[in-house]
Amino acid sequence: MAIIDWDAYDTAQKVQSGEVSALECVDAALERIASWDSVIGAFLHVDAEGAREKARIMDSTMTREAKAALPLAGVPVAIKDNMVTTDMPTTAASQILKGFRSPYNATVVERLVRAGAILVGKTNLDEFAMGSSTEHSAYKVTRNPWDTERVPGGSSGGSAAAVAARMVPFALGSDTGGSIRLPASYCGVLGIKPTYGRVSRYGLIAYASSLDQIGPLTRSVRDAAKILHIIAGKDPRDATSIDASSVSSEVGPVQIQNVRIGLPEEYFGDGMDSRVRDKIDNVLEQLRSMGARLVPISLPHTRYAIATYYLIAPAEASSNLSRYDGVRYGQRVVGQDLVSMYESTRAKGFGHEVKHRILLGTHALSAGYYDAYYLKAQKVRTLIRQDFENAFKQVDLIVTPTVPDLPFKLGEREQDPLQMYLTDIFTVTTNLAGIPGLSQPIGLADGLPVGLQWMGPPLAEDLILSAAGRLESALTLPQWPMLGGLDR
Amino acid sequence: MSAAYEVVIGLEVHVELKTATKLFCGCANAFGQEPNTETCPVCLGMPGVLPVLNGEAVSLAARAALALHCEIHSYSKFDRKQYFYPDLPKAYQISQYDQPLAENGYVEIGFGEGKRKIGIERIHLEEDAGKLNHIGNRLGDATGSLVDLNRAGVPLIEIVSRPQMHSPEEARQYLTELKTILSYLDISDLRMEEGSMRCDANISLKPSDYTGSLFDLPRVEIKNVNSFRNVQRGIEYEIGRQKERLAQGLAIVRETRGFDDASGTTYSQRSKEEANDYRYFPEPDLPPLVLSEEWLAKQQHMMPELPDSLRAGLLQRGVAERDVQVLVQDPDLYRYWQQAVAEFSDVRQVTNWILSDYSRLMNAHSLSFAAPTVTAKALASLLRLIESGTLSGKMAKEVLEAMFESGETPQAVVKRLGLIQITDQDAIRDIVSSVVMANPAVVKDFLGGKDKALAFLVGQVMKQTKGQAKPDLVNDLLREVIATYA
Ligand SMILES: [Zn+2]
Repeated sequence: MAIIDWDAYDTAQKVQSGEVSALECVDAALERIASWDSVIGAFLHVDAEGAREKARIMDSTMTREAKAALPLAGVPVAIKDNMVTTDMPTTAASQILKGFRSPYNATVVERLVRAGAILVGKTNLDEFAMGSSTEHSAYKVTRNPWDTERVPGGSSGGSAAAVAARMVPFALGSDTGGSIRLPASYCGVLGIKPTYGRVSRYGLIAYASSLDQIGPLTRSVRDAAKILHIIAGKDPRDATSIDASSVSSEVGPVQIQNVRIGLPEEYFGDGMDSRVRDKIDNVLEQLRSMGARLVPISLPHTRYAIATYYLIAPAEASSNLSRYDGVRYGQRVVGQDLVSMYESTRAKGFGHEVKHRILLGTHALSAGYYDAYYLKAQKVRTLIRQDFENAFKQVDLIVTPTVPDLPFKLGEREQDPLQMYLTDIFTVTTNLAGIPGLSQPIGLADGLPVGLQWMGPPLAEDLILSAAGRLESALTLPQWPMLGGLDR
Repeated sequence: MSAAYEVVIGLEVHVELKTATKLFCGCANAFGQEPNTETCPVCLGMPGVLPVLNGEAVSLAARAALALHCEIHSYSKFDRKQYFYPDLPKAYQISQYDQPLAENGYVEIGFGEGKRKIGIERIHLEEDAGKLNHIGNRLGDATGSLVDLNRAGVPLIEIVSRPQMHSPEEARQYLTELKTILSYLDISDLRMEEGSMRCDANISLKPSDYTGSLFDLPRVEIKNVNSFRNVQRGIEYEIGRQKERLAQGLAIVRETRGFDDASGTTYSQRSKEEANDYRYFPEPDLPPLVLSEEWLAKQQHMMPELPDSLRAGLLQRGVAERDVQVLVQDPDLYRYWQQAVAEFSDVRQVTNWILSDYSRLMNAHSLSFAAPTVTAKALASLLRLIESGTLSGKMAKEVLEAMFESGETPQAVVKRLGLIQITDQDAIRDIVSSVVMANPAVVKDFLGGKDKALAFLVGQVMKQTKGQAKPDLVNDLLREVIATYA
């Protein structure tokens, strides 16, 4: 196996043992990016020299003992470009933040760096994380490594593609309605959206504050556990972060026959691609054969989830994005007066989808509409949360497909926002309920990845990861994507 | 038409809390610094930042709520009030909308029989905005604006009165009493000229036969007036303006008006149609504010004695009602008075000296009792010199002035100026005799029944003794000496 084939777990171990240097790991990642990113388009910014310099410093100044104390010693990492970094620009894939350099680092970035990870670059996304395909970036298109004519999913498409294409062992994404799990599923990698509050949002450019969570995209369950363990925890700078006992850094040995797994009927109805259904059915059979008890359940308010999400998220977004006014930072388009400066700056700086959502959200919060839209959506949100509370009285975990279909072609859904929004249909519920969700690759259908979603009660990340770990070891997964048939 | 109207006034008062740091970040809450030096990513509204609530601000706000007899809610929440302006970095202000920290309090104005409660509708916590400094003289012809965000994020409380004041004078009384109460809490600088206390006034005229809701009356808001006097002037002008319009059969437009200090008039700033839709919604970045019983009990425990109770105490000690009002209005003055009384127990003397002579000196030099030039201890020893007869009242005034100028003790001044009151009867009798001899005509007048003539003779004696003779002694001796001549 080459360096780029290793997961973060192996990479750190081999750097700690001295088998490879941090510089070799960083070089392997950078070479891979240099060779393939022109095809994939995962990165908005790569800091090759900065990354090499950090690796050199680690190699030359740190003792073996010091490195052993770093759980991610020398592991290259990519960060979705909506998390702020001082060493590289942060744009949220928007023109309005072109060239913006943050004066501070996001908490997750600090935590990764403290653990020894080396930041190599910032990845592409749908502008301000608004989208399901990464086609709404102001800068570039990201392609699915399994089929470069197809989308990687979104909005953390750059992070998912970079991990799938073995440019980095892991990356960070953010998930507001499925933005980690959807691209993880489409790109055949693992992605976890933690319980709301588990990971600090300080330094995450807000899309919808009550839904946003940061999580890792990885190539193994054990990496997901390890990285979540590092980035999770109470942060004094995020009042919504929670002080829960930390996530275990190791995947626990869970006996799957003790686990009751709920199958919500609302997620297994019509409209699912039959190829996805076949893969899911196979895995469910496998879980059953491993001794899991599959329990049919109902989450009756699921059908309102998309509508609820598309009121709450844009409402919060319309407020969160108001600060991009051209006054203090980012792009400014000069106008004759203050109002025309605001208007021109925002008209030019924001892309179509972002404007669409700002308008939706502004309307939902307007006098005379607030009760009918925003307030009602909040009430339905409570009902959706209660659905899960009731379900978790009967079952330990829930599994569903992550997405009802396979990765679609670039441009295929551009003219049909409603169908694009439906891509999130199985993932938005966990954000609305604030519970953890994980997407795990379970194999290919017609050469394209299919993902299984695990959902659990609040703070049940350990249980989810353990169950996913058991399944992972039972599955025979395809090796690597072919990057448009060009690789290997 | 000359219908009768009742004036209805409600006041919204913003008070900056003097916490060490801002409401949602760790920046210093300091006035008068270089522009944009007290800022950080959070109060600059940089991408990705989050607010964290300052517990000290909650505590100070709770103190205000307790002092104003409000009910403090154990559960309140924060909301975003949204509008675009360069002094508002996030384009929303974190405030409290439908579930404020405290509600249903009151302030008592007037005294004695005339005491009256003005209701407080609510008190909520919010962050202040920054400041714009316009390049050029006024906003109209400014060539540009400079944004200073030092004030952005400074904690404020907004105290909203019920519309229960009926005259400009009542509004002024309410503000004065509110400021007095708050000043004892030590939670704010309360300086209107620096903007740490700001007032908006809502004025409506209610026809005497009107039975509908006050809320439906056309209301004019006068914004950000910079002194109590101007609040009063603005309201006076506005009542006149509205009455005149109504007399002409014109409607009152619901609008926001500014106050022009120079002309004493108000001018239209924004009509209701142009008013912002603030699109309030719950702040998702902050959990609800939940206050425990223990926490509230602790705040209650830390409350200082408040003006009402202080006034009662002063009346009980025999201080005149008028003096009580003056003493309590300024906590520094009151503390000074307390210290002086502790040193010298003649309450009347102490009160008189502080409120007349010493206050006059302080006012003439625009000084505050926060840093008195003559300590309470020094004042008390001056009063002791009067009591012992060492100084006459007139001499003491002179000594006080010298103490004020130089900061010396009264003893040092007395020694330096040689100001010892002559109480030696024989020494004074010689001078009295010579004065009587030298002014036979005046003596004759006095004997003829002109009492005023005696005052002239006393003056002559005092002149010759450089004012050091004890006045009542001089009086007695003059009568005695004249009697022997007659
Ligand atoms: Zn700050």
